[in-house]
Amino acid sequence: MSTDSTLRIVWIYPDLLSTYGDRGNMLILGRRAAMRGIPVETYEVRSDQPMPSSADIYLIGGGEDGPQALASQRLINDGGLHRAVNQGAAVLAICAGYQIFGHSFFAKGTKCAGLGMLDLHSTRGETRAVGEIRGDIDPRLGLPPLTGFENHGGRTHLGPGATPLASVTAGIGNDGHTEGAWHGKILGTYSHGPALARNPAIADLLLRWAIGADSLSPVDDTWPERLRAERLAAAAPRQA
Amino acid sequence: MPLRAKVATSVSKTAAALSRAAGRGDGSVIGGWIGLKIDPELLSHLAAGRAIALVSGTNGKTTTTRLTAAAMQTLGRVASNSFGANMPSGHTSALAKAGSTPFAVLEVDEHYLPQVVEETTPRVIALLNLSRDQLDRAKEVAMMAALWRDTLVKNPEIRIVANADDPMVVWAATGSQHVTWFSAGQRWSDDSQVCPQSGHPIERANGDWWCTGCWLRRPRPQWQVEDEGVIDPRGDWHLVKLQLPGRVNLGNAATALAVAAEFGVRPIEAVPRLATVTSVAGRYAQVDRDGRNVRLLLAKNPASWLEAFDMAEQAPTLLSVNARDPDGLDTSWLWDVDFSPLYNRPVLITGDRAYDLAVRLEVNGIPFRHVYSFDEVIRAVPPGRLEVIANYTAFQDIRAELDRVN
Ligand SMILES: [Zn+2]
Repeated sequence: MSTDSTLRIVWIYPDLLSTYGDRGNMLILGRRAAMRGIPVETYEVRSDQPMPSSADIYLIGGGEDGPQALASQRLINDGGLHRAVNQGAAVLAICAGYQIFGHSFFAKGTKCAGLGMLDLHSTRGETRAVGEIRGDIDPRLGLPPLTGFENHGGRTHLGPGATPLASVTAGIGNDGHTEGAWHGKILGTYSHGPALARNPAIADLLLRWAIGADSLSPVDDTWPERLRAERLAAAAPRQA
Repeated sequence: MPLRAKVATSVSKTAAALSRAAGRGDGSVIGGWIGLKIDPELLSHLAAGRAIALVSGTNGKTTTTRLTAAAMQTLGRVASNSFGANMPSGHTSALAKAGSTPFAVLEVDEHYLPQVVEETTPRVIALLNLSRDQLDRAKEVAMMAALWRDTLVKNPEIRIVANADDPMVVWAATGSQHVTWFSAGQRWSDDSQVCPQSGHPIERANGDWWCTGCWLRRPRPQWQVEDEGVIDPRGDWHLVKLQLPGRVNLGNAATALAVAAEFGVRPIEAVPRLATVTSVAGRYAQVDRDGRNVRLLLAKNPASWLEAFDMAEQAPTLLSVNARDPDGLDTSWLWDVDFSPLYNRPVLITGDRAYDLAVRLEVNGIPFRHVYSFDEVIRAVPPGRLEVIANYTAFQDIRAELDRVN
């Protein structure tokens, strides 16, 4: 946690993990904080720079196999992200970044070590999951349904220390049944790229976790709500 | 030409004509597709005996192909797939339709370059740029560069004309011993932050770039854009007056001049030809309607959106985004585009995925108005220029709507 009142958001390794508009999540968090009058600073930390451990929210995005393996190795060696999470930082981990937070994942046919901060591991799926995804989020988080677009070849298996973020109602997610994971203040999801554009309530959850608030003043979400309604309706329902 | 190929060519032409007559597009794909069914080697037969240039890259290939074909016409008749049908069926149709010509300039989808090189044995290949495009199905950028590089290594006799400003293209072109470099500038650099050779970061300053971990760096270009013209390898500057907007098209013109020069066309002969190109498959076309001068700009991916903003005048601007099959189903790329060049101009949005655009613009701090029809657009803007920037099927929709009225 930062000692002053400025909220610090770090985007982890945009040079490696920024394939699908991942910048959007940083922009959305920054804007939603600013609309509540919360002073906010955003940092893009490249893979050749040390990872600060003093920020409040960390974002990590999607990418291809090579950059994913490289990013995981650098984060393990650096140690800054581990310290930040131990100090209570909030995390949104997407796609390749989500897999990195587990114990292991496959990249270019090789099993790679992850950060081990979520109790899960990822393997190669037989098919690529591409398309709209929808799910009912764990009721303990008190959030409306998840909507997103997924595009990944991995399947993720959760251990007892991680809880699924959502149960899938359209699309694949982790394994066709559950989608994403959460533990403490870490959220992981296959809803890729600018996931917060369609899920402003998740953005606000991260902000609440970061500043330790039970609620935030409401903002005008007319357009995000229209987008949500359209995409939730567009996601093909699961075969019964 | 073997009999089988002759029959295939004739059927291919007939099918294209039938397709046009039936109102099913311009027939630029279906004829070639049928011809290739009859003779799978038809493209090779049709290519034989022609001096061919291929033009490939993520963006600018349709326009550059058109400009190159115009420049080459100083030498004789040039076959070209001028409607952007850039896969082998399109090439087959274009060559069948053109009959025998000494030259051909063909736009090639970047994924098909290896196949089309094998089948057409080109004399020259122009490599424009590589960036993210249609993320739900395209190959990653570094993989495309590797595919190109392997193709060039296998075909050492082909002359390459390549963009010195794109690290991915430069790395791919190092697979060849015969490269002429042009500089057309690169506005988009998010897909070449990391060196494809060594994995180290790429640094940039003042138009130059270099890898921090290996030998890869920007080569010195022989052709480059300066002011309103192009400098040739001898250092002579040529004023280039185009009817196409923006610095991007000046870069495309420099590329066209470089490719034509490989066939012996001197810039002084080619430059006047470039000015004859007014619109390219509807792009840059201007349509007058109710006192509004509507100009159509196609933008398919983040790099081309940035280019479109550069071309667009400070005027009311309509943005339209779809996510149908030809566009790619994923709209995440909207967040890779910085829309701030649109500050201070009236912005209207429409299209299947207008809500995605709305959320993006709101976060970007750009006020906008959502409209449902072109009539509503016309009523919403004052007489004068209206810029329209749309992705692929949205662009086709707007063209169709304007055609109905005109
Ligand atoms: Zn390098």
